[in-house]
Parts: sequence; C-alpha cells; structure tokens
Amino acid sequence: MAESNFWVDYILPLLLIVGYIAAIILPLLLIVALVTYGERKIWAAMQYRKGPNVVGPFGLFQPLADGLKMMLKETIIPAGANRVLFILAPMILFTLGLIGWAVIPFNSVMVLADINVGILYLFAVSSLGVYGIIIAGWASNSKYGFLGAMRSAAQMVSYEVSIGFVLVTVLLAAGSLNLRDIVEAQKGLWFFIPLAPMFVIYFISALAETNRTPFDLPEAEGELVGGYQVEYSSMTWVLFMLGEYANIVLLSGLCVVLFLGGWLPPFHVEPFTWIPDVVWFLAKTAFVIFVFTWVKATLPRYRYDQLMRLGWKVFLPASLAWVVITAGAMHLFGWMPQ
Amino acid sequence: MSLIEQATKSLFLSELIKGMGITFRHMFSPTATVNYPYEKGPISARFRGEHALRRYPNGEERCIACKLCEAVCPAQAITIEAEPRSDGSRRTTRYDIDMVKCIYCGFCQEACPVDAIVEGPNFEYATESREELLYNKQKLLDNGERWESEIAANLASEAPYR
Repeated sequence: MAESNFWVDYILPLLLIVGYIAAIILPLLLIVALVTYGERKIWAAMQYRKGPNVVGPFGLFQPLADGLKMMLKETIIPAGANRVLFILAPMILFTLGLIGWAVIPFNSVMVLADINVGILYLFAVSSLGVYGIIIAGWASNSKYGFLGAMRSAAQMVSYEVSIGFVLVTVLLAAGSLNLRDIVEAQKGLWFFIPLAPMFVIYFISALAETNRTPFDLPEAEGELVGGYQVEYSSMTWVLFMLGEYANIVLLSGLCVVLFLGGWLPPFHVEPFTWIPDVVWFLAKTAFVIFVFTWVKATLPRYRYDQLMRLGWKVFLPASLAWVVITAGAMHLFGWMPQ
Repeated sequence: MSLIEQATKSLFLSELIKGMGITFRHMFSPTATVNYPYEKGPISARFRGEHALRRYPNGEERCIACKLCEAVCPAQAITIEAEPRSDGSRRTTRYDIDMVKCIYCGFCQEACPVDAIVEGPNFEYATESREELLYNKQKLLDNGERWESEIAANLASEAPYR
C-alpha cells in the first residue's frame, strides 16, 4: 500500500513535471537557434547583405553548423583561473536564462508553475544573472574579463532598478503578481497604451539588461575583446551565448505578458479569435525579438557615462514619477482593480 | 533650437524613430552582395593574377630563357636555369616562381619579349601549405594550358595599348 502511494504521489508528478520542462525547454532551445539565424538574416537585409545562405535551404541549418563547430573546439581553462567557478559561471547564466520560463504563461492554462508571485520570481531570476557574469569575470583572472564583468554588473544593476518600478506600475494596474492574472487584466486594453512611457522604459531597460546594442559595451568587441567572456571558448562560450539569447527571448516574452496582452488576440472578433492563443503569444514574442534585432542594426554603442546617466538620471526618476502618478490617479479616480 | 523643442524631441525619441525607419526601409532594398563562390565580380583584362608560361599554337614553348624577367623581378621571386637543347635552340631547364615572394607587379610579363610569362586572370589558387606555392616550370606550363584562351583574349584586347 505504502509503496503504491509513493509511486502515485511522488514519482508520477515528478515525471509529469520533467515532461513539462522538456516540452518547454526543447522548443525554447530551437527558438534560440532560430533567433540567432533570424537576427543575422535581418541585420544582413538592413545592411544590403544576404546573410547566411549556404548551409541548408536559405542557410537555415547555419545555427546547427555553428553549434557543431563550437562543440568541436577545445575548452581552454586559463592557468590562473579558478577552475570550479570558471566552469560554473556559464552554467549559472544558462540556467537562469531558462529557469524564468517556469512562470511565463503561454495561454490561460499552459504555464508550468502558476504561482501567485510570478513577477517577483522573474525579478529575482533576472537579478541573479549578474552573479553569473561577475563570477565569470573574476574566475577567469584576466584584466579584460574582469573589466567587462564590472561594467556588465554595474549596468545590469542600474537598469534593474527602473525595471523594478516598471513592474510595480504594471502590477498596480493589474492588481496581481500572478502573470496569468496580469494578462487577464489586459482583456479590455493592453497595458502598453495606458502605460506607454513605462513600456518604452521597460523595453530600453530590457536592452540594457541583456547587454544588447546600444548598451552592449560590456562585451564591446572592439574595445574589451568580448568583455567577461574573453577567456571562454568552446562549450562554455556556447552556454554564455545560449544563456544570453534565452534571456532575450525571456524578456521579450515578459514584455508581451506585461504590456502586449500575452496570448490575447488584438480584437475579440471573428478572424482574430480563430488563431490559437499560443500562436498569438509566440507571434508577439517574435515581434519584440525583431525589434531587439532592429535596434541593434540601427544604433551605435553608448559611451559608459551616457549609459549611467540614462539609467540613474533619466529612467530612475521617470519611472519613479510614473509609479506615483499611476498610483495617485488610480486612487483619485477609483480605478483600483478589485 | 529652443529648449522646449529639444526636450520634446528627446522625450518622444523622434530622432531614434527616424533612424529606425531608415533601417526598416533599407531592409527591403536589394542586396549589394556578389554571392562569391557562386557568382564572381568582373575582372579587368589587365588583372595580374596567377602566373602562367605559354606555348605557341604548335606546342613549342615560347620562353627562350633570356632571363629578362628574372633580372627585372623586384622581389627576386624568379629562378631560371637554361641550356641549349639538342636541336640547338635555347630553352629553360628550370623556371621557378616563388609565389610567396612575388608581389604581383607584372614587370615579368612586361619584360618578356615573346609573351611567354604572363599573369593570368586566376586568383583562386590558395593552398594548404607554403610549399605548394613554390611553382616550378611544369606547374607554370600547366597553368598556361589551362588559362590559354582567357590569357590570349586578354592579350589581344590589350595589344593596342602596349
């Protein structure tokens, strides 16, 4: 009796959860691979080039070829490096890029962990990402790696503050910390309309948070030869890259959940409701990722002091002010969600 | 620009949106790429590529071992040894070009009185080792056979200017 209970009560749910995780992570990694391909194609198109077009049809297998190439390379661990932390750092970053997906709702039922503090969880996960970078820079025992890690950490911490305030306004407007409820609260009006300034601040901070152009100075190829990942090669480097792109996809997905109405169709009328809601979610995420790429193709890199000025002197006061305005307006006009 | 105008501009990110618009427009314009291994750009008739030793139409080598090319070569990449052949004509027994030393100045083909050594239109002869770039007479004659039609056409089209 006791044994059967053990199997039914513990092992079966465990297997189920492992199955769910695999069902999220495997397509996610495929999407990450496609994102690297799509980005290169889009940048190429914007620069009058063709982009990858040799491996497979339209070069679609280019990410696979790149992955294979990286796998066949030698993993170099510098003599002065702290071996354990050196290997651990990319793993941390990669894991954190994937772990956030646990609370992202793909539609009203497809969510791995429907916890009521989803936003806090995501905020915690994205804050932990700094540790991966700091550890990577410190453990490789190289001045370029260390400088890059310091810049990267400073940047991520600076922009996290304003992302925090953006999240506060969103949850004020939605009245819940659960991501599913936040999407449901956007049934009438997607939040990017009433919270337009916060949407812009969120998007720009997300660019800084993922170390993307125009805020990619931690890994400025021309100055810091790759920043915190100078000493990394082969699979350890692949983990950094995958983690970075998983993070971009995650923040795009979060952007969709917070501001673009998650899985909801733009209009609740006939032709729009025929399309499955998961497809709406993925399409919106793809659009946000496209904007990430588009920005990278357009803008040059920020100088370090400009980056800090924007983070602390513009975004922080602006987002703080908008929190106060939103809360005040809601209280004054009685718009508080029940 | 007035302060208010500037503030509005930066507040509504107008410059940024303009820039994004430009890149978006250009995404749909045709590419300037020459899809290299599959398509190639045009090459001038005066292009100075891989060397070749030519033959007369009857199969006789053009080179008469005058060694003018060896003498004029600024990089001293050419090495020639010559002996009278059994029929009494003067021919090279050795004609080496060190393609690593060569600076592709084209002096050798200008010095040649019989258009024997020429620089052909071929530029795709990368090798995996340095030794493969030390060309000997046989290699140069083979190049001549392989590229003769192009080389002859180029020489003919450039003849009025030489």
